[in-house]
Amino acid sequence: MKIFVCIKQVPDTETKIKIGPDASSIDTNGIKWVINPYDEYAIEEAVKYREANAGTQVFALSVGPNKRVSESLRTALAMGADEGIVVNAPENIDSYSTARALAEVIKAEGGADLIFTGKLAIDDNASSVSQMVAEFLGMPHATVVSKFSMSPEGVTVERDIEGGAKEVLGLKAPAVVGANKGLNTPRYASLPGIMKAKKKILKEIEFASLNIPATDTKVKYTQLSLPAEKPAVKMIAGDSSAQVAELVKLLRDEAKVL
Amino acid sequence: MSKVFVFAEHKNGALKRGAMELLQAAAKSGNTVVGMAVGTGADKAAAEMGHHGATEVHILKDASLDAYNSELYAAAVASVLEKVQPQILLASATSTGRDLFPRIAARMKTGIASDCTELNISGDNVTAKKPMYSGKAFANVAFENSPLKIVLMRANQLPVAAADGSKTATVIEQTLAKPDLKTLVKEIVKGTSEKLDLTEANIIVSGGRGLKEAGNFKLLNDLADVLGATVGASRAVVDAGWVSHGMQVGQTGKTVAPTLYIAVGVSGAIQHLAGMSGSKVIVAINNDPNAPIFQKATYGIVGDLFDVVPKLTEEFKKVLKH
Repeated sequence: MKIFVCIKQVPDTETKIKIGPDASSIDTNGIKWVINPYDEYAIEEAVKYREANAGTQVFALSVGPNKRVSESLRTALAMGADEGIVVNAPENIDSYSTARALAEVIKAEGGADLIFTGKLAIDDNASSVSQMVAEFLGMPHATVVSKFSMSPEGVTVERDIEGGAKEVLGLKAPAVVGANKGLNTPRYASLPGIMKAKKKILKEIEFASLNIPATDTKVKYTQLSLPAEKPAVKMIAGDSSAQVAELVKLLRDEAKVL
Repeated sequence: MSKVFVFAEHKNGALKRGAMELLQAAAKSGNTVVGMAVGTGADKAAAEMGHHGATEVHILKDASLDAYNSELYAAAVASVLEKVQPQILLASATSTGRDLFPRIAARMKTGIASDCTELNISGDNVTAKKPMYSGKAFANVAFENSPLKIVLMRANQLPVAAADGSKTATVIEQTLAKPDLKTLVKEIVKGTSEKLDLTEANIIVSGGRGLKEAGNFKLLNDLADVLGATVGASRAVVDAGWVSHGMQVGQTGKTVAPTLYIAVGVSGAIQHLAGMSGSKVIVAINNDPNAPIFQKATYGIVGDLFDVVPKLTEEFKKVLKH
């Protein structure tokens, strides 16, 4: 059985964002790149499955600038993935082209029995790639998944929907599963894991060598801006009763939100 | 004139606010507004859609569409899109919208702008603005090579005027050609609260580590009940297991944009501030005057939340009665 895990590299959540000189991307100087947090649940679930089911192979797959994306793939290999594949592509290609590249590579590698992704990437919050990969490969999908199991009958997942409700779905394999927090606790890459990862295969594929026309970009992010500065906070003094009365008055008469 | 297609979500025929926002924005653009609603109550929703600006509404009343199924919905929406051939598609960035429309975009070989907070329609051209890095920056989204431009808007971002009962839409009933399904919805487990999801809520009361223990969320639930608010939480208390992840606000939780955000005992890690910074008015209640949350707040109270919050609940009760 072959499991593919699609991962994206994103700026660490502590990063203070600065706009780059072209105003269409961020200033990447000094940014610490990490695996998208939701993708860590995807890697963990795949590795856990492999550990419980002999004969399973886990491929970690990422699209982006080879030099830095490879670091995240090495981390995925250190967490237990068997092989890495990097599609060397320019920064910031859109979800559509990314999904096409992922689908093409998975097809070229002989197809998948199961694909894991994160439910979304915390940089553009688009939550598009899993569903698009599923569509391109003719597979069913489930996103925001916090429970997963697989049997010969297929995949069963629990996904979080609105207002704390949950949905239990049965999917015929092969399927695409978008991981949410709560699915598992991702392991840290251990030192022996990191040593082993150095010897594992990390294959490089040029985006340009895939059969995807350059004109396939569908959306572009332009004119990045920072959020407007908020006016200084109005601190409310007095004892708690006075504070509460003043706050409610301000919310009603000044902010007009009540 | 271009056609703007609006996929409207409803609850037993009552339109969600997000759907009204989209219909009215589409009508304001001067384009023809074609709507779609599915499931039991779709006919009732269609009548309401007319009042909000749709001139034509396609409905699929099939009860199998009452529960969201990605494959079934994709087939239904794609079949209607083929008939209508719109240039623009608007839907809400809800749990359903976010799961479904990327799949539609891939099927139609077209572009999608997800999780947008601003929308500009001019003829068949559309641009949108969306938060990046959970609100640490914003980007304009422009479409290229997209025969159909799909925009998923967050709720509560666009104005809604009162329904105009004199306007009606032509209702066209469609039938569903069911594909062979590889996806089966086995069970839906209802949430503990019937409140709006954080991403749709107009008022959010959010709790952090300052609450000291899980049981003290009752203070926030009481406050939220008075305000008709949804309760959120910081990552620290979600990781501690006090509340479920669905309640987490922040960069690895939900990015929210309510009118009023009340942060109680939340210190304000950069990830949390990013997730809530789209809120119009922010109230922070914390006993630490140096807590970073005060840098983002509109109004700040330094005090003991166990003293302040119950009093606040009582004060709101008094004021909101009038």
